[in-house]
Amino acid sequence: MSFDIFVMQLFNGLSLFTILLLMALGLAIVFGLMGVINMAHGELMTLGAYATYLTAQFFARFVPSLMDFYLIPAVLVAFASAYVAGYLLERGFVRFFYKRPLDTLLATWGLSLILQQTYRSVFGAQEVSVPLASWLSGAWEPTTGIQLPLNRIFIIGLTILVAFCVYLLLYKTRSGLRARAVTQNRAMSSAVGINTDKVDATTFALGAGLAGIAGSVFTMIGSTNPGTGQAYIIDSFITVVFGGVASLVGTAASGFIIAQAQTTLEFLMSGSMAKVSILLLVILVLYFRPNGLFSSKVRS
Amino acid sequence: MNASKFNSEYIAHAAIALLLLVVLPMLVDPFWLGNLGKYVAFAFVAVGLVLAWGYCGILSLGQGIFFGIGGYAMAMFLKLEASAPNLPDFMEWSSVEVLPTWWEPSKYFAVTLLEIFLLPIIIAFPFGYAIFRKRVSGVYFAIVTIALAMTMTVLIIGQQGDTGGANGITDFKTLLGMDVISPEARRNIYFLEVVLLIAVAAFSAMLLHTRFGKILIAIRDREDRVRFSGYDTAMVKAFVFTLAAIMSSMGGALFTLQVGLVSPTLIGAVASVEMVIFAALGGRLSVPGAIVGALVVGFTKSWLSEQFPQTWLFLLCLMFIASVGLLPNGIAGGIQRIFSSKEQA
Repeated sequence: MSFDIFVMQLFNGLSLFTILLLMALGLAIVFGLMGVINMAHGELMTLGAYATYLTAQFFARFVPSLMDFYLIPAVLVAFASAYVAGYLLERGFVRFFYKRPLDTLLATWGLSLILQQTYRSVFGAQEVSVPLASWLSGAWEPTTGIQLPLNRIFIIGLTILVAFCVYLLLYKTRSGLRARAVTQNRAMSSAVGINTDKVDATTFALGAGLAGIAGSVFTMIGSTNPGTGQAYIIDSFITVVFGGVASLVGTAASGFIIAQAQTTLEFLMSGSMAKVSILLLVILVLYFRPNGLFSSKVRS
Repeated sequence: MNASKFNSEYIAHAAIALLLLVVLPMLVDPFWLGNLGKYVAFAFVAVGLVLAWGYCGILSLGQGIFFGIGGYAMAMFLKLEASAPNLPDFMEWSSVEVLPTWWEPSKYFAVTLLEIFLLPIIIAFPFGYAIFRKRVSGVYFAIVTIALAMTMTVLIIGQQGDTGGANGITDFKTLLGMDVISPEARRNIYFLEVVLLIAVAAFSAMLLHTRFGKILIAIRDREDRVRFSGYDTAMVKAFVFTLAAIMSSMGGALFTLQVGLVSPTLIGAVASVEMVIFAALGGRLSVPGAIVGALVVGFTKSWLSEQFPQTWLFLLCLMFIASVGLLPNGIAGGIQRIFSSKEQA
């Protein structure tokens, strides 16, 4: 019996992990590359969630026969819209603040409030939700007593796929190579002919796109409102800082630890105490490893 | 050049004192004086941020924590006095039967005053020293502090019966038998606030003119060199962070007294970032500038939200982004630039 509960808890933690991972990966890439703290990252996630919602509406109205499969184009639409938004954001806004990381934090925070207010005027303050496709409703029961909802299995699979694509993109392609080169040494990369401006813009857009997918994933486990992204932004930052900024594997591992600890503690004590314990734990770890749990020792 | 700079700062301090003590109280009605008192309470936080962020480079997005410590310490005392001999009303609603132990000290005003000054020290100094020794700084420090601010609100909201939860603590009547809600009482509290603010501002400005102030700037610009020269930079940073914390706590206590309310939304992550905006907009390198920043942001917020209930947040944020982008040193920096370009011409 207790084993069943344990498995279900673990599984619940995994769904939180998917969102944290997608959000934190985007943040970590952007922060690693440009040293920019993007407080509006949460609003890009909200954008992805609303894009998913709009796609669902579109399918319901014009092609109800394909309603079961709206999710696949919706994820792509969410990614694309957040990617475009991120690109515009970088070119039109963030790049003016590169020399001043702390100011970027404040300016993007102002921007995030503006975006939230925009969502509120466009979509209204109340929550919107998307219908669940029939093939995703129901649960998989490996043994009696353990029920794993199919939609959560789906988002875990989707997240693994996305994370794998990000890995391929960063480590197996030319543009990924360029992005990593700029991350390691901006001046030298520029000297050997890499267009760092272009790398900045596309990488920022990629990070934004990942947030968009996170938003799309979120619609499958909760309802979207204008403040959805803000609820996740601080947790995502904690994930990045805890894992160590330079390491994407570290980000993934720290997302896993935080999500599992959060759901387990929530089970054992009240939700607020769980959150408090996690944060104190993270700060304690940061005290002993100021550069994050998985940082490698390098000279800066 | 140096002398004229010193003089202009002197004039700015005097102008603000005159404005807050004489001009504004004569011009505005009791309602706006109350609002003004609210902004003045935030100005304490802004002055603290000038020391910590502007001069020492410590961006704390968790000043709301200390604002809350002062605010809640004061609120607990006022609430106990207002509801004596019964328990505070929100405790009865949550069927808390006995006063929680950690409320006991709030029965005494002297202890409450001590709490307002000592709690920020007890919390900020060890935390700051530990974390600065480990050389956590810049954006990392900002993220850790904003997370702490969030933690504190979560904690307060979660313990509804002990803390008043999301509604906060309100409905005060008297302070040591003196009425605190009539317009005259609020007026007196306002003057008390302003006098304390002027004292804090003068103290900060004087501190910045000493050798200590120079060390702060040196740490901000090149911390490792200062450390190599034999200074314990972690100690200096922790000290400044603690000073800023005490000022926030004072502001919080006065806020509660003036407004008659303290609640988690006033001290959470969003509110804490807003406090940084006061200093950013007014000028992070100028004590009088930060005070003006707190007044301007507070006033603009109230005014815009009345005039443009739909779009005021857009306008406020645009104003903020523009000031961060175009005037890195805020209003005060802008004024200084105008004057110095005139001198050159």
